[in-house]
Amino acid sequence: MKKYDTYMDKVHHWGTVWNLSMMVILLAFPVVVGVLFGAAPDLHGLVMGLVATAPMYWAVGVIETITYIPMLGAGGSYLSFVTGNISNLKLPCALNAMEQAGVKAGSDEGEVVSTIAIAVSSIVTTLIIILGVILIVPLSPILNAPVLEPAFAQILPALFGGLGVVFVSRNWKIAIAPVSLMLVLFIAVPALNAGTVGIMVPVSVLFTLGVSRILYKKGWL
Amino acid sequence: MTFNVNHPILFGLVAVIIAAVLGQSVFFLVKAWKRGREIGMDPVKLRRITVTAAVFTIAPAVAIVISVITLAKDLGVALPWLRLSVVGSLSYETIAAANAESAMGLTFGQVSALTASQYVTIASVMTLSIMVGIWLVPVLAKRMQKGMVSLEKRDKKWAEIFQSAMFIGMIAAFVGYVFCDVSTIFHGSAAGLIPVCVMAVSALVMCLSGVLVKVVKARWISDYALPVSLIIGMASAVPITAWLG
Repeated sequence: MKKYDTYMDKVHHWGTVWNLSMMVILLAFPVVVGVLFGAAPDLHGLVMGLVATAPMYWAVGVIETITYIPMLGAGGSYLSFVTGNISNLKLPCALNAMEQAGVKAGSDEGEVVSTIAIAVSSIVTTLIIILGVILIVPLSPILNAPVLEPAFAQILPALFGGLGVVFVSRNWKIAIAPVSLMLVLFIAVPALNAGTVGIMVPVSVLFTLGVSRILYKKGWL
Repeated sequence: MTFNVNHPILFGLVAVIIAAVLGQSVFFLVKAWKRGREIGMDPVKLRRITVTAAVFTIAPAVAIVISVITLAKDLGVALPWLRLSVVGSLSYETIAAANAESAMGLTFGQVSALTASQYVTIASVMTLSIMVGIWLVPVLAKRMQKGMVSLEKRDKKWAEIFQSAMFIGMIAAFVGYVFCDVSTIFHGSAAGLIPVCVMAVSALVMCLSGVLVKVVKARWISDYALPVSLIIGMASAVPITAWLG
């Protein structure tokens, strides 16, 4: 147990150093571009652009961080919040890996499996994007071909169909209420769509936790 | 130095940042692998996890490449390459870029040549607006982890249900999203059923994989069941869209 604590402490230490360093590097990009090309940002554009964008994404960022950390594990969280595409790639990848390995999230093995899956996914994604950038001229007409457009437009339904059937079938008692609520909300409220699904994840998670707690207290789980 | 959105210097800067991102991923991969061996995990199992994660990632990663191409029309290749390799997504980057362009009197999708000042402004808005998670994880992760450990000590069964409930909650939101356009059938269009049908195909493939694992007793099938259901689901979208779209 002592050794595990030591490893987790190290993960938090490494993660803090990496993430704060990455934050500085990312913030430096526009500054360095400005210095090299002798250009200052358009202050009006910067302020207005931030006012229109930042408040919502900062709020979503806080909620997402709190929601995803327990699911991703420590190492997976530090990596995922740098490399992005969490709900549509990193989290499903980690979930699938833990499921296949037969380990539980939050356990020693779960932490290892989740971190490996997310790291590999990040590396593969980065390499494929590099390849795409190098081959952008010949690839553009192929990837933008009208025949392929529907396939890439439906990536989330294709992903959550497979993933959903595994988790919902194993936890159907927990799943009934949140799936029903989300179906009603997404069908009845026109404002809920691809752009707002990220905001609905924490709502759904909180609702599911509440329902699960009631079911657990009643001895139905 | 004359600025253009595809200036080689921009590619050089982005390449350095991407190398750092790759460095972090490799670092955590090596540390987790060593930890896995230390606690007695089978290396074959660890290799299988690696291969499955890599295969699973290919299709979504290609979709990200398409996002780079989409954003490149306005912003050149270097900035979308950077933004979509780090935290963010097509929807976020598009909104952030469109808001910044709009604040400077430009229209997203109709920009022919950005000045260096406009480019720096857009890059700043895209970067600053999505920074929360990167610094908040170091602030919260340790405390939240301790909270989960203490929850497990108090009530192990509830801790397990808590984890499952979080996963189910996330999945439920995306299942709901798949149905968000079904009401179009009341307006004479069946297009809203396309994602529902695609999800059904993917779920069916997953179920068939489960049956196949039991019938032929081949454990490896389940390793690739999710990537296969993802690819077949995506492929099914082509005829389904032709039929319903």
